Amino acid sequence: MMPPPKLPGRLTALALLGTLLFTPPLIGLFDHPGANGLSWLPLYLFAVWGLLILAAALLLESSDED
Amino acid sequence: MTRVLVVDDEPNIVLSLEFLMRQAGFDVTTAGDGESALEQVQQQPPDLVLLDISLPGLSGFEVLERLRAQPEHARLPIIMLTAHGREVEREKGLALGADDYVTKPFSTQQLVEKVKQLLGLAN
Amino acid sequence: MKWEALLFVVAFGYLALLFVIAAWADRRAEKGHSVIGSPLVYTLSIAVYCTAWTFYGSVGRASHYGPAFLSIYLGPTLAMLFGWMLLRRMVRIARAQRITSIADFISTRYGKSDSLGALVTLVAVIGIMPYIALQLKAITFSHAVLTAYPAEAQTNLIAAGVLSDKSFWVALVLAVFIILFGTRHLDASERHEGMVAAIAFESMIKLLAFLAVGLFATFTLFGSPGELLQRAATLPELDEGFGIAAVPGGAGGWVGSLLLAGLAFFTLPRQFQVLVIENVDERHIRRASWLFPLYLLAINLFVIPIALAGLLLGNAAGNPDSFVLTIGLAAGPDWLPLLAFIGGLSAATGMMIVETIALSTMISNHLVMPLLLRLRWLHLDSRRELSGLILGVRRIAIILILLLGYLYHALIGESYSLVTIGLVSFAAAAQFAPSLLLGLYWRGAARRGAAAGLIGGILVWAYTLLLPGFAQSGWLDARLLSDGAFGLAWLRPYALFGLEGWDIYSHALFWSLLVNVGLLVGVSLFSRQNRLEQTQAALFTGNLHPDLLPTSLWQGETLRGELRALLNRYLGAVATARLIPRGKGEPDDTLPATQEQISAAEQALAGALGGASARVLINSVVRGEALDLEAVLSILDTTSQTLEYNRRLEQKSHELARIGAELRRANEQLRELDRLKDEFVAMVSHELRTPLTSIRAFAEILRDSPDVDVAQRTHFLEIVVRESERLSRLIEEILDLARLESGRMPLNPEPLDLAGLARQSTEAVGHLCRERGVELEVDLPEDGAPVVADPDRLQQVIINLLDNASKFAARPDGRISLHLAPHKGHWQLSVEDNGGGIAEEEWEKVFEKFHQVEQTGDSNGTRPRGTGLGLPISRGIVANLGGRLWIEKSRRLGGARFVIELPEAPPQSGQDPDAQWLPAS
Repeated sequence: MMPPPKLPGRLTALALLGTLLFTPPLIGLFDHPGANGLSWLPLYLFAVWGLLILAAALLLESSDED
Repeated sequence: MTRVLVVDDEPNIVLSLEFLMRQAGFDVTTAGDGESALEQVQQQPPDLVLLDISLPGLSGFEVLERLRAQPEHARLPIIMLTAHGREVEREKGLALGADDYVTKPFSTQQLVEKVKQLLGLAN
Repeated sequence: MKWEALLFVVAFGYLALLFVIAAWADRRAEKGHSVIGSPLVYTLSIAVYCTAWTFYGSVGRASHYGPAFLSIYLGPTLAMLFGWMLLRRMVRIARAQRITSIADFISTRYGKSDSLGALVTLVAVIGIMPYIALQLKAITFSHAVLTAYPAEAQTNLIAAGVLSDKSFWVALVLAVFIILFGTRHLDASERHEGMVAAIAFESMIKLLAFLAVGLFATFTLFGSPGELLQRAATLPELDEGFGIAAVPGGAGGWVGSLLLAGLAFFTLPRQFQVLVIENVDERHIRRASWLFPLYLLAINLFVIPIALAGLLLGNAAGNPDSFVLTIGLAAGPDWLPLLAFIGGLSAATGMMIVETIALSTMISNHLVMPLLLRLRWLHLDSRRELSGLILGVRRIAIILILLLGYLYHALIGESYSLVTIGLVSFAAAAQFAPSLLLGLYWRGAARRGAAAGLIGGILVWAYTLLLPGFAQSGWLDARLLSDGAFGLAWLRPYALFGLEGWDIYSHALFWSLLVNVGLLVGVSLFSRQNRLEQTQAALFTGNLHPDLLPTSLWQGETLRGELRALLNRYLGAVATARLIPRGKGEPDDTLPATQEQISAAEQALAGALGGASARVLINSVVRGEALDLEAVLSILDTTSQTLEYNRRLEQKSHELARIGAELRRANEQLRELDRLKDEFVAMVSHELRTPLTSIRAFAEILRDSPDVDVAQRTHFLEIVVRESERLSRLIEEILDLARLESGRMPLNPEPLDLAGLARQSTEAVGHLCRERGVELEVDLPEDGAPVVADPDRLQQVIINLLDNASKFAARPDGRISLHLAPHKGHWQLSVEDNGGGIAEEEWEKVFEKFHQVEQTGDSNGTRPRGTGLGLPISRGIVANLGGRLWIEKSRRLGGARFVIELPEAPPQSGQDPDAQWLPAS
């Protein structure tokens, strides 16, 4: 028997993690102004975004499941 | 005097065949395995061979093959004796050039008849 | 103005280039060398998501609402990660069912329903119109900005007459352009390779253009990003400093637009077109799942720097929606605004091309054709050539869509900024999500439910987003907004039922989806699906594998000629010949069409006209019941059972395969056993015949020769007796062996002293040894060797070994020894001789039945021959007593050494452990 595919589960978990990181209350934690008065929030969002894409790329490109 | 070579690894069978052949008026030599049978043929060439198939060392078939390979023994009458009752062995023996084939246990009278027939002594 | 002519040339040059690319890709596709067969192209084609709204609007949105613009791209990022499996499933279904659009998908899911397809199409056209208007507005706006700069752009030119309004001409030119490469031919598969190639190219251009402006704003304009940020800190507009507070509706609005964008990403007709319909290989989805989010990230990276730079430039940059252009105009090289203009043009045209093609397909397949087919007086079913008609319908649809978009733009577009129009369309497209997504997972979702949900949802959308837009444009009484319909405060469009404090999109999304899902679920639960609907529902939800369906759902009859004529009318002669090839011999037009041919025809028509129309058409030529209802029903009623049954079947087949393998093994073993049995029988017969031969020969001699002397007669008789004994022994042993092998050997194990038993055995063979002149050494422990064994059988084994040893011991001076010693919880009894020994390769063979140890140099038969069964029997007995019997080289005497190993018996409870084992003294 084939083992059940792992990729869908991992990807869904990653998407859930992304959802969590992109929504309140977590985004609220980074929503305070830096030295120049601009909020850290956009920087945080871009950083999480980039990491999420990186993780997805690693997941999707390393697995050879269909 | 007509000479018969008896080849068998069972001493008792050799004894009985020797008795029968002598009684029928033949000179008898004996051998208990293939190697000594071939020796006997060289030393005292027989007129007929009674050859058991299952012998220690060289089997009866191998002895038969070697004898037939020698031109001087190509027409030597040979009767195969076997305790195996299988048809394939009979065919194999005849194919290799045996003149007749007798299954153990045999009827002594019939065996003696066959020997005489092959030697052209039958009445 | 220097820009006027230049822009004209550039814009038309760019469109011409697009057309060349599309034509080239189409030609390559016709030759079988597709240029769009890569994940990268697929990703770039999905990037049609980023329209002029992104290109110009994101900066505007960032300037006004801080990070709010990001939610529009984070939503699809998450949707892409969540949606990999979902998307793949939609692609598979769309391919299997020859789906042509999202309207077709939904209509097909709910029983190939005409009305639902038409409804989805209507909603799409109404909902997307503002979005197309937005693109037109962007093009004319960007043109106006460039030509009017540094003055404020004036775009609302309808007052001066339609013909002098540039966006009208832009719409017309685009319409021609889209007609040229969107409706060149009508094929069974509604794919547009050329269009996809052009879109992918446009996605590249818009990204490059935006990055160029972004890099300029970030690194050149103020020297460095740090400097830009330093200066930005002083801006009064950035009170909220890109925090969540700047987002309309705050955190709630943020989540709302994440959800909205995530849903719309799948349900916008153009997104569905490129994601599902134009997908050439489902494996592309995989890479696109991270590559597309990367594209989104890249195109958003410089939005904030550009916004900051534009704000810092102040009046020189003007309207935030135009920052992308004005930054270059105000402070950059001349080519920069031009590049930005091309980028914006590519973003806008990309969206318009795909959206218009998708909508025109939907309009022709789900609105116009079903209607025309119903109008008997048109006698469509008897007209010769209809593919031209369909293309004509699509072309008219394209023109109408763009003109409607233009009208929307010209009449009410001004009331919304670029930023906000897009979300209105998103909210409309999101209305498809419930029936699309629920339809994929819930078999019970019914046509009536989907229709009710869609109608309810779009009405709420219209009331909460569209009408307020009209009101703001002055088309409706503005009091609708402040007082609510009929003056009822709880009906205020932006605060329905008093729900206040939300941004208008989250508010609209919440109410419309609530109504939509509620009606879909509620009505579905209380309505009956017809049979076709049940089939489709099962197919879409994956509960019914297409292979399980009977080869055809068509049960009626038609002639091949009629089917050919039908296909010919809609698809042309080439496709017809491919679908229903003619035989070589007689014309077969009068032969009945096979079920497969009817199905193939339906599928092909569905690819061109959508499922519902194809059904109608096939129905028009097929006489009789169109559907093998009973067959489908029987499958459907047992769908879940079928699945379960399938699962079990699979299990069973695995089991069967395993059993099959076992059977084969068993069979091989049996064959081997059979061969061994034959061999055994042959050997037994041989062994029995040998003594029998002597017996018979001597008996006959004695009978026929009365003159044999007494001594000889006695000798012969002795031979007969001995051979008879040998025969009896042989038979006895054969029986023993048979019993041992079948496990029926009667053994009576009892506690006994092995030393005592060994001593008795030596006594039994003592006489024999003396007779053979063999010396026997015995070495037994003094205080007994307790084992559990059958004394008679074990003694038989020991005697057999001693007998063998004495037979094979050297002559003269034969020596054998019997030795008993404890060894790791066992007793080892060994019998050795000083004979020639047994070669190692023979060690196991001597335990085979009838194996005769070669007695070299002893051909005269001076040694007694065994039966060849003693050792196999001995080993069988020892094994049955839980011990082992093996052979090795005798180190002490140089010959063979047979070893019996038996487990040491445990002390018996309740008894003096020693008492039992004391040797008899």
